[in-house]
This record gives sequence, C-alpha cells and structure tokens, in this order.
Amino acid sequence: MHPALSVIVFTTLSGIGFGLMSLLGIGLGGDGLAFRWTAVVLAYGFAVIGLLSSVAHLKSPGRAIYAFSQWRSSWLSREGVLSILTLGVFGLWALAYLFMDRNIGALGILAAVLAVVTVYSTSMVYAQLRTVPHWATWLTPAVFLAFGAAGGLMLLATLLSVFGEEGARPVAQFALLALVIAWVVKAAWWQRAAKTTLVAAGSGIGEATGLGRIGRVRAFEPPHTSPNYLMREMAFEVGRKRARALRRVAIGAGVVLPLFLVILAVYLPIATAALLLLALVSHIAGMLAERWLFFAEARHAVASFYGIGQADGDVAFL
Amino acid sequence: MTTLPQTTNRKLGLVIDLDVCVGCHACAVACKEWNTGAYGAPLSDMDAYGAEPSGTWLNRVHSYEVKPEDKPAQIVHFPRSCLHCEDAPCVTVCPTGASYKRSEDGIVLVNEDRCMGCGLCAWACPYGAREMDMDAGVMKKCTLCVDRIYNDHIPQEDRVPSCVRTCPANARHFGDFADPDSAVSRMVAERGGYDLMPEQGTRPVNKYLQPRPKVDAMPAGEGCGKHDAHAPATPGGLLGWLDRALAALD
Amino acid sequence: MQEIVTAEPDLDLSPPVSDAVRKTTCYMCACRCGINVHLKTGPDGREIVSYIEGNRDHPTNKGVLCAKGSAGIMQHYSPARLRKPLRRKGPRGSGEFEEISWDEALTLATDWLKPIRETDPKKLAFFTGRDQSQSFTSWWAQAFGTPNYAAHGGFCSVNMAAGGIYTMGGAFWEFGTADWDRTKYFMIFGVAEDHDSNPIKIGLSKLKQRGAKIVGVNPVRTGYNAIADEWVGITPGTDGLFILALIHELLRNGSVDVSYLVRYTNAPWLVIDDPGAPDHGLFARNEDGHPLVLDRRSGEPASSEDNDVRPDLKGEVTLADGRRARPVFEIMAETYLGDDYAPAAVAERCGIEAGTIARLAAEMAYAAFEEEIVLDRPWTDWRGRKHDKMIGRPVSFHAMRGISAHSNGFQTARALHLLQILLGSVETPGGFRFKPPYPKPVEGHPKPHTGHKPNTPLDGPHLGYPLGPDDLQIDEDGTPRRIDKAFSWEAPCSAHGMMHMVIANAAEKDPYGIDVLFLYMANMAWNSSMNTAGTMEMLTRTDENGDYVIPKIIYSDAYSSEMVAFADLILPDTTYLERHDCISLLDRPISEPDAAADAIRWPVVELDRDVRGFQSALIDLGARLGLPGFVEEDGSPRYRDYADYMVRHERRPGVGPLAGWRGDGEAHGRGAPNPNQLNKYIENGGVFTAHIPEEAQLFKPWNKAYQDWAVAIGLFDKPAPYLFSIYSEPLRKFQLAAEGHGKRQPPDKMRARIRQAFTPLPTWYPPFEGELIDKDAYPYHALTQRPAAMYHSWGSQNAWLRQIHGANPLYVPENIARKVGLEDGDWAWVTSHHGRIRVPVHITAASNSKTMWTWNAIGKRKGAWALGKGAPETERGFLLNHLIHELLPPKGDGMRWSNSDPVTGQAAWFDLRVRIEKAEAEEHELAPDTGSQTSPVGTGPKVVAYGKAWKT
Ligand SMILES: Nc1nc2c(c(=O)[nH]1)N[C@H]1C(S)=C(S)[C@@H](COP(=O)(O)OP(=O)(O)OC[C@H]3O[C@@H](n4cnc5c(=O)[nH]c(N)nc54)[C@H](O)[C@@H]3O)O[C@H]1N2
Ligand SMILES: Nc1nc2c(c(=O)[nH]1)N[C@H]1C(S)=C(S)[C@@H](COP(=O)(O)OP(=O)(O)OC[C@H]3O[C@@H](n4cnc5c(=O)[nH]c(N)nc54)[C@H](O)[C@@H]3O)O[C@H]1N2
Ligand code: SF4
Ligand code: SF4
Ligand code: SF4
Ligand code: SF4
Ligand code: SF4
Ligand SMILES: [Mo]
Repeated sequence: MHPALSVIVFTTLSGIGFGLMSLLGIGLGGDGLAFRWTAVVLAYGFAVIGLLSSVAHLKSPGRAIYAFSQWRSSWLSREGVLSILTLGVFGLWALAYLFMDRNIGALGILAAVLAVVTVYSTSMVYAQLRTVPHWATWLTPAVFLAFGAAGGLMLLATLLSVFGEEGARPVAQFALLALVIAWVVKAAWWQRAAKTTLVAAGSGIGEATGLGRIGRVRAFEPPHTSPNYLMREMAFEVGRKRARALRRVAIGAGVVLPLFLVILAVYLPIATAALLLLALVSHIAGMLAERWLFFAEARHAVASFYGIGQADGDVAFL
Repeated sequence: MTTLPQTTNRKLGLVIDLDVCVGCHACAVACKEWNTGAYGAPLSDMDAYGAEPSGTWLNRVHSYEVKPEDKPAQIVHFPRSCLHCEDAPCVTVCPTGASYKRSEDGIVLVNEDRCMGCGLCAWACPYGAREMDMDAGVMKKCTLCVDRIYNDHIPQEDRVPSCVRTCPANARHFGDFADPDSAVSRMVAERGGYDLMPEQGTRPVNKYLQPRPKVDAMPAGEGCGKHDAHAPATPGGLLGWLDRALAALD
Repeated sequence: MQEIVTAEPDLDLSPPVSDAVRKTTCYMCACRCGINVHLKTGPDGREIVSYIEGNRDHPTNKGVLCAKGSAGIMQHYSPARLRKPLRRKGPRGSGEFEEISWDEALTLATDWLKPIRETDPKKLAFFTGRDQSQSFTSWWAQAFGTPNYAAHGGFCSVNMAAGGIYTMGGAFWEFGTADWDRTKYFMIFGVAEDHDSNPIKIGLSKLKQRGAKIVGVNPVRTGYNAIADEWVGITPGTDGLFILALIHELLRNGSVDVSYLVRYTNAPWLVIDDPGAPDHGLFARNEDGHPLVLDRRSGEPASSEDNDVRPDLKGEVTLADGRRARPVFEIMAETYLGDDYAPAAVAERCGIEAGTIARLAAEMAYAAFEEEIVLDRPWTDWRGRKHDKMIGRPVSFHAMRGISAHSNGFQTARALHLLQILLGSVETPGGFRFKPPYPKPVEGHPKPHTGHKPNTPLDGPHLGYPLGPDDLQIDEDGTPRRIDKAFSWEAPCSAHGMMHMVIANAAEKDPYGIDVLFLYMANMAWNSSMNTAGTMEMLTRTDENGDYVIPKIIYSDAYSSEMVAFADLILPDTTYLERHDCISLLDRPISEPDAAADAIRWPVVELDRDVRGFQSALIDLGARLGLPGFVEEDGSPRYRDYADYMVRHERRPGVGPLAGWRGDGEAHGRGAPNPNQLNKYIENGGVFTAHIPEEAQLFKPWNKAYQDWAVAIGLFDKPAPYLFSIYSEPLRKFQLAAEGHGKRQPPDKMRARIRQAFTPLPTWYPPFEGELIDKDAYPYHALTQRPAAMYHSWGSQNAWLRQIHGANPLYVPENIARKVGLEDGDWAWVTSHHGRIRVPVHITAASNSKTMWTWNAIGKRKGAWALGKGAPETERGFLLNHLIHELLPPKGDGMRWSNSDPVTGQAAWFDLRVRIEKAEAEEHELAPDTGSQTSPVGTGPKVVAYGKAWKT
C-alpha cells in the first residue's frame, strides 16, 4: 500500500495524542499549571494535527462533514464521530482541569474510554480490510492500542519530568513496560505478516483471475503501460533491502534507543527530562518508520492482478 | 446509505467470456468514452501527453500467460471492472454514504456529491474496480451504465452497457442474474461461470467464463483417419485413385 | 449538512445522449466501420463531438467498434493536429517552420511542379500511404504524367494481393473472407489484427458460438491466436513449407476435390513437356489459343472450352506437333508428393511435429469431405451447365502479413491458395468467399505503364499485373523506368509499387535523381521505413554544393508526425470527421461476400483550423497545373472540391467514384451523376449496399448470375469468368526468360534467383536474409505485431490509446532469456547484420522458441506528436526498424539486393535475424538516439477532462 505521509503522520500522532488524553483522563496528570496547559495542548494538538493531516489526505475535504453520517456501518465514520466526541468530552474535562483546577473523574474516565475506542476504531479501518491480509488481524488493533499507550506514557513521563511534577519515574517505568509490550505485539504482528502472503490468503494471481485452475499464471501485459491510481495506491513495491533497513531504524529508534534512554532516566537521575525527551523523539521517529512499513509492506489483493507481490517470503521478519 | 440492501429485486451484471476475449481493449475505451460524457464528473487524464499519462478507467484489460502442466503456455486476455458484489465491502466501509448499492437492481454506485475522496472504498475492493479521479477528486467506478440501460433516448436494443454494445468478439453479456432463465444465468450454468477471489466473501454478481480447454485433435477425431481408406500412399497410388474419382464424376 | 441518514439519491436514468447524431465512416484505421457521431452543443454554441459508437446498420461492423474507433474523439481533438500550411525554416529534421497561407502554399507547390511537368515529369515522385483515395490520387498522377506513383502496398502486403490475384483472382486482405456463418474448420496464418479488424473478431466469435475449430498458425500466441483452439507456433518464414506438407498429406490421402479441380481450375490443362524449348512449361493451346486438356474418353487432346470433353488429370499425351504434354495436376502431384514435402522432412525446419502436420491435414480433410455442406440452391455456370445444389467444403483460411512480409511470401501465399483450391473450398459454402469487385482474374487487371512525355498524361495506369517479361517497365538496356524500380527485373510483379525503395533510390540517384518528392499520409521518416536512422540521413543528405540530394519535399499529414519535420512544405489535412472521403468500388471498397458496398465520409463537425482535405487541395493543385481532367476547356477548375469530384467524376460513362443513387437517384452502379447523391448517402448512414441475388452469391468466378450482376452494377463491362491458376503461366514466362528464352533477358546475376522464385507451381525457398547471414551470429528471429488498440504511429497523440500502449518491451522467449541471462525488466542489446538497438525486455513463454517480438510503431522521436518531455514513447518505446535494412547483406556478387520478395518487391520485414545480449545495469536507456524535433504545434495540455466542455 502506498505509504502516504499524511496517513503515517495521522496514525502516529493521533495515537500518542489520544494515549495521553486517556492517561490524563484517568488522573495520571500533574498539578502545575504549566504542566496542565502543556499536557492538554499537546494531547489535543497531537490528536488534532493527526486528524487534520488525515483530512489533508482527502481529495474532496469539503465534503468531510458527511463522514459523520455512516457510523452504523463504517469504521472510518465511527473513527470520525468518536474522535470528535473524544475531543469534545476531553475538552470539557480539560476546561475544568485547566480553569477550575478540577479533575472531574467521571468525565475524565469517559474521555479516556472514548480515546481508547477512537484509537481502536482507527485501527479497525485497517484491520477490517480482508483485501490487505497483513492488516486483517486482531493484532492490528492490539498494535495500535499498545503503541498509543506506550507513546502516551512516554509523552506523559517526559512532561512530568520536564515540569518537575511528581510521578515521572513510575510513569516512565510504566512507559518502559508499555514499550516492551508494544514491541512484543508488533513483533508478533510482523511474524504473522511474514507468513501472510497474498497467495497464502487465497488472493494470489491464480485466484484473482480464476485462471489458476488451468496452470501457473503470470502477468503478461498490464492494461496500461504507465502506472495508474491502483498501482500507485495498492501495488506499492518496497525493496527488500530498503525494508530491512527501515525495520532496523524502526526497532533501533522505536525501541532499543528509547529503552536505553528511559532506563538511564529511571535509574540514573541525571538529566532525566532531557533523556526522556530524547527517548520520546526517538520513539516517534521509530514509529514513523514502523508506520511507513505498515503501509509499504502490506499487500493489497489488487496487486495480484498486476502480478506483483506473488513471491513468498518477500517480507522479512527481521 | 452505507448499509447494503437486504435483497435486491434484480441482480444486474455482466458475464465475461474469457474464451473469446481477444484483448482488444474496445470495451475499456468505449467505457471511458461513454462515462466521460455521462454519469458524474468526466473521467480525467492526468499528464495526458506527458511522461506519466495516467487516467481514470472503469474497465481495464489485462493479459496473462498461463502455463498448463504439459502444454505450451497460453495467453488469456482478462477485462476487469466492478463486479457489483452482493456483499460489497466498498459500500460498507464508506464513511460518507456516497457509496451505495441500489436496492432495485443491485448496481453499486458512488454518489459523487457526497464523496469526500478518502479512497477507503478502493482499499476495500479486492478487484481494483474503484479509481479516484485525480481531477474531480471523487471516486469513480463502473456504473453498469445505469444511464444507458434505462434510457428512453436510446433505442431498446442499445440499452445495454457501452462495453457490451461495442465488444467486437461478443465476449461481454449483460443481464439479470436473479432470473435463472435469463441468458446470462443460463450461460453461467452451462459454462460453469465462476467468481473471482471467492474467499473474499464479496459474492460478486459478475461472472467469468473459463477459456475452453485447448484441444489438440478435432472432436470428431475418429473420422480423421477415414481418408486413409483410399490412401494412395505413393504418386502411382494417387493416380490410380484419381481414375476412380474421375469415373465417379461421369 | 445534508441529512445524516441518506436515501438512495434520485438519479436521472434517462439523460439525453446528445443534441445531434451524424453517421459517417471511421478512419482510426483502414477497416472503415460505420460510426454514429454524437454531438453536443458547448457553452459557446459550437458543436462538440461527445460520443462515437458503432453503426448497427453498417455492413462492416454491425454496430461494434474497436478501441481505436472509440478513441476517435481524442484523435479528433489531438493537440498534434496541424493548423496551417507550413514552410520549412530550419534544416530538415529540425521541425522549425513558419506558417504560411494556403495560397502561398499552393503557389509554391505549383512553382515547383510546373517546370517538372513541362520538362521531365518523372522528376516528380508522388507516393501515398494508407489513404483510401488511390483511384483519385493515381488519376492525378497519371494526368500529371509522372510514372513515379504508387501507394504503400509494396511495403505492406503486396505478396498477399499478388499471390492471390495470380492464383485465384482475389486474395485475403480486403478481397475476401471466410464464410463465418458456415465454416467448420478455420485456420489463420500470421494475423495479429489485419485491416478487417472488427469483421474478423465478429467472425471468430461466430465460430466459437458454433463450436467450429480455430487453428492459429503464428510464432506468437497473442490476440486471435490466444483464443484459437489449437496454436501452431511456427518458425517464421516456413509457412510455405508447412502448407506444402499439408498438401503432400492431402494428396497422399486422396483428400482433394477432384470435381472442383476439373471444373474450376487449370488442373487438367496440358503443359508442354519439351525441355529446352522456348515454350517448355507453357500451356499447350489450339489454334484459337484455347488451352488443351486430355479427353479421357478419346485419350486425345481437346479444347478445354469444349463442354463435352471429360478432362483427365493425369496421363501423357502427344500433341499435334509431336511433342509431349501432361496435365497440370499430374505435375503438381509429382512435385508435392516428393519426399521433400513429407511432414517428417519439414518438421524441424518449421518447428512443428510431423504428427501434428499429418493430423491437421486429416482434420481439414475430414471437415471438407465428411462434413460437406449442401445448399439447395440451383445455379448456372458460365457455360450454361445447370447445378441443382451448391456443395460446400467448410474449411476456410485467412492469412496476412505473417506470410506475406517475407521474401518468400508471394509463393507462400500461392501455396495457401493452392491448399484452399485442392480442398475445393474457395467460393463454396463454408469456405473462403470473395467480396466484390473480386473475384477478378489477373488478366482482368490493368498492366503497368510508364510512358511519359512533357505536358502529357501517362500512357496508362501506373500499376498493374504483368503477364510476362514483355510487360516489364524497363529500358532497352534493362534500366528500370520507375524510381522505385518496380516492374523491373528486381521485382517484376511489383503490382503495388515499391514505396520503401523510393527514398533510398532517390538519395542514390539510382536509376535517376528526382526533383520533388511528394508524399501523402506515410510516416516515411519513421515507422514505414526500414533502416529508420538511415532514411533520416537520406532525407537530409546534401551534395557537394550543400544542396539536398532530394531537392524538394512536399508532404501532407494531418498531425505533427516525424515525417513532417523532414519536409519543406506541409499541406495540413483535416481529421476524418471534418472532410469528404470516398470509399469507392474503384479502389478499396468495403464490400461483403453477399453485397457490394461503398461509403463516404463527410464533415460532421465544423473545421476550426486553417487546414484542407488533402484531396481537395490536390484538386486545386491539379487545376493550377492545368492538368487534363482537372480543368474545363477554358482552363477554369473543373471540380470545386473533392465532394464535387465524388459526385461528378465519371471514370467510364455512367461509372463514378460512388455506385449508389446515381442518375435520378434510383440507379445503382451505373447511371449519370446525381447532384443529390451525397445527401442520399448521408440519409443512409454514409454507406451504400447492393445485395447480390442469392443464386449469385457463391461460385462467383463461374456463376453466370454473378457475372451478369457484376456487369449490371458496373464492376466490369462484360462477364469475365475464369479458372483458377494452380499453374501460373505468367510466372513460367519469367522463368523461361531466366532460362535464356525470349528477347527480354534478366541480368545474368539475377537468373538463378528468378528461376528459383518464379516457379509456375507454388514453391518454398528459405527467406533471403537468413541465408546470407552467419546463422550462428544471428540465431533468432525478431518480429513486430500490430496492437489492436494502436494504429501505427497515429495513436500516440491519442490521450487514451497512449495510456494502453505508451511503451513496448521486447518479448523474449524463456529459453533464450535463460541462455543469455535475461530477466523481466532487464535491458538488452539486439543486433542484426545492419544495426544495434538497446531496448527493455519482458520474458514470455508463449512464442516460438526462436522468436522474439514487440508491438509495432510505439516508439516515437522526441518532439513529435505534441508529446511532452520524457514521454514513455521516447524513453521506453522503440522501433525494430533500425535493425531492418532495405538492402540485403552483401553477397559474393558485390551487389546488394533489395530486402524484398523477388517476385513482387514486397518488403521482407519479417525475415529479420538477430542476436541478443544483456545490457549493463547503467545502460537502461534506448539506443540509438534519433535526436529530437521542434514541435510546430507545441505540446498537449497537462490535464484532459473531456466532457467538462459541455458538463457545466
Ligand atoms: N517494423 C515494422 N515496420 C513496419 C511494419 C511492420 O510490420 N514492422 N509494417 C509496415 C506496414 S504494413 C505499413 S502499412 C506501414 C505503415 O506506416 P505509415 O503509413 O507510415 O504509418 P502511419 O503511422 O499510419 O503513418 C501515416 C501518416 O499519416 C498521417 N495521417 C493520419 N491520418 C491522416 C489524415 O487523415 N490525413 C493525412 N494527410 N495524414 C494522416 C499520420 O499522422 C502519419 O504521419 O508501416 C510499415 N512498417
Ligand atoms: N490495430 C491495428 N490494426 C491494423 C494496423 C495497425 O497498425 N493497428 N495496421 C493495418 C495495416 S497497414 C496492415 S498491413 C494490417 C496488417 O495486419 P497483420 O497481418 O495482422 O499485421 P501484423 O501485426 O504485422 O501481423 C503479422 C503477424 O504475423 C506473425 N508472423 C510473423 N512472421 C510470421 C511467419 O513467418 N509465419 C506466420 N504464420 N506468422 C508470422 C506475427 O507474429 C503477427 O502476429 O493491419 C492493419 N490493421
Ligand atoms: S471488447 Fe471484448 S474482446 Fe475486446 S477486450 Fe473487451 S471483452 Fe475482450
Ligand atoms: S467489485 Fe469492488 S467496487 Fe465493485 S462492488 Fe465489488 S467491492 Fe465494490
Ligand atoms: S472515496 Fe468517496 S465513495 Fe469511497 S469511501 Fe471515501 S467517501 Fe466513500
Ligand atoms: S458497464 Fe458501463 S461503466 Fe461498467 S465497465 Fe461497462 S461500459 Fe464501463
Ligand atoms: S476497426 Fe476500429 S479503427 Fe478501424 S475503422 Fe473499425 S472502428 Fe475504426
Ligand atoms: Mo500495411
């Protein structure tokens, strides 16, 4: 699938934003005004930048308003409705939190739950697609949720530490745990993906054309000699070497370096805030690589019609 | 109308006969031509005369090389357009309600006035039947020529999709699959019409007919040797045989 | 915000399709289907073409349309359309022009041409491409007086035409077709698309419906061959051998239609057997000149014209002069029953198993004789013999350039016709059927003429069918009279001329130099020339004074093609929707086996540029030059324009370009000119059809009712029944000359090749190029095919079609790829005896194992066709033409023969032999680089959203 920057940025940032929202909602925030403002603005900002960037992905954004209409059947519509609801509820909670110095627990918990469900619905936009066997698994929501939690925790820990709030350390410890869990889930996702080829999913060129029952099928001539929308969007091919390199970046920046930095921050109380900030930035960079691969390595059944992505084992686990 | 109708009164669609499709692209261009002037925004072409010409097409013709076990490889031409699935995932994923399936005849359409161009329906379609129009910013797909098949301005015999009307090899047939006696239903029954990627669970309405097995000998094979009965294996033999043949003329 | 819960929107299911519909004839290719052009009125009140569909009532396409036909809108509105006459400013090839007025253009042309006509008319060489007004353009050239006129047939398919005409008075191509409704066994040789594009597809579909077997004989298994029930992946150039082996089998098994052969062919005619005599191998004739046969009852020679004679097909007879003679059939049987033609002897060479050949022969025999068709349709033959039935042999064939574009193509075409004739299937139900004006015997065709004098029309038609050396167009010393050397010993029966030799010969001033090269509708600087880069050099070659060796070039094109850049004066044509055209029975009509038909084009949209229909421009030019026929007594122009000519011109009294609605509007075929004729055509969808009465529809060459009908409709002036020539006497006459008989003698160097190629019975010899090169150095064959969705070079300006074919890989068979280490996406060097190209490759398993191929004419020169920078046509689209030379590799004799069939001069495109090597990774770029040209029309727009114009 085409790794569109807007969608990569959207899923990464909104995950972290909603992650932070749910943590704030359940009362894990600090007390200082600076912290509160920064945390709320960042949570909101990440979510809203993410959402805006997803709107930028639309070809006719003027009609985006209709996207709230089909929540009964469409995960994308649900995501839209839920993100607005979440932003609304969290907004109300934040008003009280910022201006009245009150943490309305029920509202916060509602916002937290909504944020989690929003991230879940984002993930379901992908996980529902039988056409993309890599994505069509419960592991996809698990990955999105786990990364949302890890990202949120890291951001929260960083903020607490920067503003000298209490609880930075335990939150950082939780972040460590979440990071490990998220990457374990992601590893499981990757391992499954490595086995999940179009052919294995029954969407190889033979089934796509139905000609498999005559013999071995090979694409001979494409319908058009220049690439078209479908090929650009659905038959994106990433080089094996490039994928491996990016996977190393994802793991290095997304987990190895952050783990190291967070451990340092937790156990060597020097420059904690800076270390956590660095870890966060590194994590986000890793996440962007992870998301890029999430799209770039995923194969859509349509690729089969073009004879692309038919070989087994192209997607390397590590 | 993102939910699918429970049932449709009719199931209109196409049968594509891969046994006679010569891969001429006539259907693809006729489709482009009709739909450029008809339903919705024109089908645009970007970089039309430049380095990467890339336009919106609702029907594209592929060619495949198929190698049977012990026979030489063969080429199969394969047109691909929307199959008007009964369980159309493109419809249910659509957040705006732009995509819908008509309850009257099962045609899957995009209401371009509502489409925000998110592209999700194209992701949901296993068959590559949806293409984003880069100029108009809306999703396009085969309309089954809904503005031809009921059109009073068109003579009755021409109220068929443009691609069907034009196919020089008569490889495309249009009809109602809900009616077991329709020509298309019978064709599918007789020739074992099949679904593309059935495991996707989309229950396509359109059906494909397999190329007939390539034969090496005539069906009436035993008759072939018949002439050996008077086989004049040598020139002399031929001339003797000629005598009899000429005598028969008198 | 619209309501959250939506209902199905209200659709307008019945929108008006258009504001007007006009019916005319497609010209996206030479098939000439009927089209309904829908027009809408744009915001500015102008009519815009909105939709083109097939005309259901048209005999050719019956409503269907191919990809090109549907893309007509994009051609009509192409950005590459020329807009005004152009005069060259920069050097040839640069594409730098200035726009001039029509008056300036025609004055300039007149100033160039008038002195030529007044002094030496042959200094004008006028050659036209695939236009459909050859009866008109040739008439102009004849009036001008130059012997140097022809159309493109010489590089196209003259082998097919001539092979058919010399053998049976008609050919495949547009001359006839399989009886799609009845045939039970169909074999198609070497066809990718053909001119009969839609009819073949409609026909194949009918066969599929009836379960008739289709056999495709082709080195490549795409298109029609892909849907064939059986594919015979023959090695190129060996079809003749394969066919003669089928004939061997049929003869061996006695599977020939003896009664058909006796009645309708020259199989019983006696051939003089007197080795060394000047008439050895000619027919024995009586004093009236009638050929003799051996009467079985008397055992004596008797006239073949005598109804009571029972001709034998074998035996030997002593003629009155004491010499011996034998029937054609016996000689033929002896020839083909020889071991050389046994399946086992040809199998390896053809790449077809012997058993397959024997089986195919048995299958066709079965279909012909065990599944014969009997129609209860009484008819009377030309000798008054009544037949109460029509017996059909439902085996049919079609063939095109795959057999004709070889240096042995003429004889291969003849072999195929012989096969049809032996099966008794030509013009019988279920077999092959002629389309009027065919059948027409070779003797019914004109002979070539070159007699020219200043200010005088030529002494007769340029082109024709020589019946012997006497008809050659050479001087006393043997020098060819025509610039293309047609009808010389190099190509005695070059019935369509040799357009592919014109530029090369003119550049070499061999046999003489010319002053003006006038071309129409042929992209000679590109895809229609062999040796494209060399041709560009010839077009720009200068002499010691720095003047161009071909001093002046006039060219008419409608679009900014490669050739435009190489001309000095451009006469811009209209598109096919903006002009009158005439698809005439005098020329290349659109008849069907059951009907004669002709058609017109007429302007269905208004012109928006300063261009003119070429024929109208030529009429104007003819009048300015004062050509006879083009001016009245007082010197005023005779015809207003081409439309006027179409209506008022009479070739013979009562017979004009159009057959329908003559006289008072009720006369068809013959009749006085009818001023209202074009309106009648328009009312009838642009087409006229004259149905052949049922009794006359089959056995046409011998059917009295058909002959009478043909005379009535004006096809001939008197009945012309004839017999098929299994044995061709005209060919034997050329061969006799090569054996030293007669006063016109070929140069000694050519004797052997003429003896070999002019056999009176069909023969096979290996294609020349393959014999002259080192087979180990060039082990493979390389071919081109026409893609169904692209017409030569015209299609690249078409925004829709160029998306389908914007680039072309070389398709390389798996086994070769493995050997040289090629994979999909690699680039390779391909080398012939003449040149070297670097091209992208794609691996295939569906072709003959020695044969690589690509689509024809996709590659383009940079700057042509209004295409932008980096267009795939210029980056990944290539021509194979660079590898093909117009001359054969040098032989021991120091001469370089033309790369053509020695009988007809047909360009041997498909004789090409090559080797292939993998290119380095950093060499993924096309070679050779043919430079670039400035576009006189700019480049096309970025975005096309056709339909916006009226959807506001
Ligand atoms: N390698 C290889 N080369 C081949 C062949 C092959 O098989 N292989 N085939 C050969 C054969 S059979 C042929 S016929 C030739 C064809 O070769 P060409 O006849 O050169 O082919 P076209 O590209 O059709 O070029 C005709 C020219 O006519 C112009 N034209 C189109 N419409 C009009 C019009 O309405 N009016 C005027 N005045 N001009 C118009 C086009 O713009 C174009 O420049 O190619 C030959 N070349
Ligand atoms: N769409 C489209 N239609 C066209 C044209 C076009 O450019 N595009 N051009 C028109 C013109 S000008 C012409 S002349 C006709 C030509 O029509 P075709 O005769 O169909 O022309 P080609 O495409 O050259 O096809 C030649 C075929 O012969 C095969 N072949 C080559 N060598 C051999 C051989 O030795 N033996 C056998 N058995 N097969 C062989 C090739 O693989 C190819 O399939 O088409 C006309 N129709
Ligand atoms: S028009 Fe008919 S024959 Fe041609 S590609 Fe389409 S389905 Fe096949
Ligand atoms: S083919 Fe694709 S676009 Fe058409 S109905 Fe099925 S899923 Fe939807
Ligand atoms: S692109 Fe349009 S039709 Fe498709 S899902 Fe999005 S809004 Fe619906
Ligand atoms: S039915 Fe109409 S819209 Fe659909 S592929 Fe055919 S021509 Fe195109
Ligand atoms: S075959 Fe196609 S391009 Fe040729 S005349 Fe017919 S419709 Fe036009
Ligand atoms: Mo041609």
